[in-house]
Amino acid sequence: MKALAARRHHRLAPVVLLLLALLVTGGVYAALAPSPAQADTASTADIETGKKLFQANCATCHGPNAEGTTQAPSLVGVGAAAVDFQVSTGRMPMQMNGPQAESKPRQMDEEQTAALAAYVASLGAGPAIPTDEQVDGSEGDAANGMALFRTNCAMCHNAVGAGGALSEGKFAPPLWDTSSRNVYQAMLTGPQSMPVFNDANITPDEKRDIIAFLDEQDQGSAGGLTLGSLGPVSEGLWAWIIGIGLIIGGAVWIGAKSS
Amino acid sequence: MSTTTTSPAAEPTTLIGKSADYLDQRTKMGVLAKQLVRKVFPDHWSFMLGEIALFSFVVLLISGVFMAMFFDPSMALTTHHGAPATMDGQLMSVAFSSTLDMSFEVRGGLLMRQIHHWSALIFVAGIVVHMMRVFFTGAFRKPRELNWLVGTMLLILSLLAGFSGYSLPDDVLSGNGLRITDGVIKSIPIIGSYLSYFVFGGEFPGEHIIPRLFTVHILLVPALILALIGVHLFLMVLNKHTQYPGGGRTDKNVVGYPAVPAFATKMGGNFFIIFGVLALMGGTMAINNVWNYGPYDPSPVSAGAQPDWYMLFLEGSLRLMPGQAEIVTWGDYTLSLNILIPAVVIPGLLFTFLFVYPFVEAKVTGDHREHHVLDRPRNVPTRTGLGVAFLTAFVILALAGSNDLIATHFALSINTITWVFRVLFFVGPVFAFWVTKRICLGLQRKDRELVLHGHETGRIVRFANGEYIEVHRPLDEQERWLRVNFEARRPLEIEPATDARGVKRKGYKKDKRWQKLSQFFYEDRVEPVTPAELAAAHAHGEHDELEPAHDTPELVSGSGTVEREH
Amino acid sequence: MSENQNPQGPSHDVTRHDGDGTVARTDRFADPGVPVHHPRLADTDTRAAKRNERIIAILFAISCLGTIGSLVAYFAVRPDGTTPGVRLSTVLLGVALAISLFGIGFAAVHWAKTLMSAKEYVEERHSSSSSEDVREVVQQQFKDGLEDSGIARRPVLKGAVVSALALFPLAIAVPLVSSVGGDWNVGRFRNTIWGPGVRLAYDPSGRPIKASDLTVGSVAHVIPDVPAEERETHEWITEKAKAVVLLVRLDPRDLKRDHREGASYDGIVAYSKICTHVGCPVALYEQQTHHLLCPCHQSTFDVADGAKVVFGPAKRPLPQLPITVDDEGYLVAEDDFNEPVGPSYWERLK
Repeated sequence: MKALAARRHHRLAPVVLLLLALLVTGGVYAALAPSPAQADTASTADIETGKKLFQANCATCHGPNAEGTTQAPSLVGVGAAAVDFQVSTGRMPMQMNGPQAESKPRQMDEEQTAALAAYVASLGAGPAIPTDEQVDGSEGDAANGMALFRTNCAMCHNAVGAGGALSEGKFAPPLWDTSSRNVYQAMLTGPQSMPVFNDANITPDEKRDIIAFLDEQDQGSAGGLTLGSLGPVSEGLWAWIIGIGLIIGGAVWIGAKSS
Repeated sequence: MSTTTTSPAAEPTTLIGKSADYLDQRTKMGVLAKQLVRKVFPDHWSFMLGEIALFSFVVLLISGVFMAMFFDPSMALTTHHGAPATMDGQLMSVAFSSTLDMSFEVRGGLLMRQIHHWSALIFVAGIVVHMMRVFFTGAFRKPRELNWLVGTMLLILSLLAGFSGYSLPDDVLSGNGLRITDGVIKSIPIIGSYLSYFVFGGEFPGEHIIPRLFTVHILLVPALILALIGVHLFLMVLNKHTQYPGGGRTDKNVVGYPAVPAFATKMGGNFFIIFGVLALMGGTMAINNVWNYGPYDPSPVSAGAQPDWYMLFLEGSLRLMPGQAEIVTWGDYTLSLNILIPAVVIPGLLFTFLFVYPFVEAKVTGDHREHHVLDRPRNVPTRTGLGVAFLTAFVILALAGSNDLIATHFALSINTITWVFRVLFFVGPVFAFWVTKRICLGLQRKDRELVLHGHETGRIVRFANGEYIEVHRPLDEQERWLRVNFEARRPLEIEPATDARGVKRKGYKKDKRWQKLSQFFYEDRVEPVTPAELAAAHAHGEHDELEPAHDTPELVSGSGTVEREH
Repeated sequence: MSENQNPQGPSHDVTRHDGDGTVARTDRFADPGVPVHHPRLADTDTRAAKRNERIIAILFAISCLGTIGSLVAYFAVRPDGTTPGVRLSTVLLGVALAISLFGIGFAAVHWAKTLMSAKEYVEERHSSSSSEDVREVVQQQFKDGLEDSGIARRPVLKGAVVSALALFPLAIAVPLVSSVGGDWNVGRFRNTIWGPGVRLAYDPSGRPIKASDLTVGSVAHVIPDVPAEERETHEWITEKAKAVVLLVRLDPRDLKRDHREGASYDGIVAYSKICTHVGCPVALYEQQTHHLLCPCHQSTFDVADGAKVVFGPAKRPLPQLPITVDDEGYLVAEDDFNEPVGPSYWERLK
């Protein structure tokens, strides 16, 4: 009685099966997808180690001597700071092409990153990794940092660093989970679409002031929930969802006949 | 102790009685009280949407007075000392500095600021939902056309109030909004640059705009709003409130509850609930933290630069318009159509639709009767479709105004989003109209089916001859009345083009145009069921057996016998 | 193709009423009247009524507690100027206020719903217009009033009254409108405080900029170099609103075209930061594409190609400031902008 059995299935059954199949396929891929090769490393951060790591992970795009190819720019002169930023945020090695390289879980640990940075720094002089004191927000002036941030940074990253849109699918990411060191290094090296804010434009003290300002944002808002600090659009959305929602709910209750 | 009454009425003894007597002897208040105290108001939750706007306006007044005690609308520059840490020692206007002091030094100051701003958003949202209810139920028909106009004016005034209000702290976000406004003003032909000087007292930003906006915001606009609210409520009480169709409800009566005590108590309770929601939001959800934007300076700007939600439709139309439309006329004058069209023409069209709609609809129905019973939206498919199309256009513009936030949250390209909305702005409302009208006609047909054939009970009966039927329970009188008590309007009929002697009639072309519009409205229609049709449905009921009709629905549990009707 | 669901049978009996566009069908259902009133639980069951009474009393009491709570919060919690401190005070005051309000609101509504009489009343409506007699009397009153005024016989007075009344508002309107506009000198739109030899300085610090400070890919936000005291005045903000500039250093090989002939210096270009659309600061510079994006309405300018518009609602390219270096290597302007900065206006090109 095949026809009978067929009619017993819910008409949405094929859709559910398809969704399940997609989920399973995706899950299996995520679990079993090959991760890029990791070279064996020595525990000392030295230029040789860095060179080996570079050739295993970076040379395919950046060229065997980091001179650049059509796919990726030259790294001669970008400095240790650029490498530390890109690799510690996981942006590099870049895994898929898109409007921009996005931060993802880092592939290289601290030592490997330091080795890579040392190698690239040896290829040409460039910005160095800042010291802990240079990036210590508690030494900075948050008020001056705010004045600098809103002139130089807020138009892309939003007034308090919530992130913002650029053209053609690119974006400036939120800054709240970014380490102080990476904030400093990003300003210094100007990754991807971000312009370069060298030390003549924003001095090292001013960079620290900006870090102090961003640290202040960890405290949240004096007014309660920040709602993402996205501005009037999200405020309007919540006004409708929560405000009008609760009030109309109240009106329905008031108008309903009591039992 | 002498009494001047001619009849031996008792002297008032209670405090209320004595006060009422005192007033009446001087004002003849009794006449008014007689009209109002036990006045009947129909009860439905959708009639409380206007109260959202009314009561949030009251909250705005209360919180506004609090803030006016601490806000100083001066653009003079000062060095701010104090909280928050990110503003300490910075140069800023006194307006901004007093806002910071109000937020961080005055206890309850930030609470009041936030309640005020949330209330403003809810005020406009309340006007919009109330207007939607009035539109979709046809409450704007005679005799309420004037009230509709008053209401639309209130909507415009609420936008002005909001805009002038959030510009007062003189921060970067609202300051850039003022800059955009200045750009729009400048684009007006011939008088634009002079108008810009008029508004700002000179070049932008000058030092006059904040104090001027303060006067507009706390004096001029609230006075107009209060006056119009007075007119709005007066007309509502005078015309008596409309009511939904149902048993016993006609255009000649009002069925409901007396003002005192039930209705007034519910209204009062609603006020406290609305105020409570606003207080809860103001205390727990941060809004307009101006210290994050910083004091206004022409140089900085933040990502996510948008006005409050009710201005997003303007923002969206400015973003969608392509720039090629700016032209240089002969004589080397610059006509900025790329700004005039989105900022003047589009809002002009939208508001014109709102203002003229009741009159257009009255003309295409030829209907000059008073209406006090509301329409069910499904029974007026074209009106409902037009309303949904209007809302669709509005929402698309608001989404276009948020395109950068859509881009970051959904990982899309802002350029693609802009193009999609450019197309959707034209296609969306047409599609929404068509879909809504089809849905309304479908619901009307479903109603007809229900009246003719009754509810499906799910009970299957097998006759001796082997035939199966599903038993249908007929609608009770109230249910049926709700579904048949409407007029299916027909398109206008006009006098012929030529009169009896073959002379062409003047005004025929104009009548023909109105007739065409009327056909657009009413050619597609579903008529209500008549008793004859219902009898005919009974008569040929081979498939649907109907149990004898009863007045109350309780009778249909599973035990009744079924008889075949002859 | 119309979609009429109208039956075609003999019941299709139609009479048209004049002037209201409706179809009065002789065959309609009768109004069943107001539905039967069903009593509520509290109307019949005294225990339910008492329970509701208790609930209402408790709700009022909760409101009182909320009020007391808000007073305690007000006096006990001092906002100390820190973010967490102010937040605590705001949240406590707000929530306590909300409780105090909700208590009253819920109590009142519950009382009305459960205990107050729920009997429906029917009230007659009267016609919205006045009766014929009243209208006739009023018409006569107006006629009498008009005749008493004698204006019908004195047409000269009619004209005189209208002229005087129409004119007198000018005596107030003209001073008001005219004074509100300041000095009406719209010619100021054409000039900024940039001029030959004015140094470029960083915004907001005011430090002058050397050409060697900028590396390829740098962006600097620029104001004219003006002493610090001058920058703490009102007039400065108004001048700054026209004078802000964005300074970008490109690789000279990437720089295709200046908007203004010869205005760049060694790959360094200075463009007005005021968007030519409606005036927002156009400040999002994308280093790799050389595109300058305005965050307000997404007008996009190509800095490497004369700042021409590549997307969005702006029409004109950004005005360019011609720059060079002085003897000490600082960047200076060679001249003011050669067109009004910012949004278009009617007489812009005149």
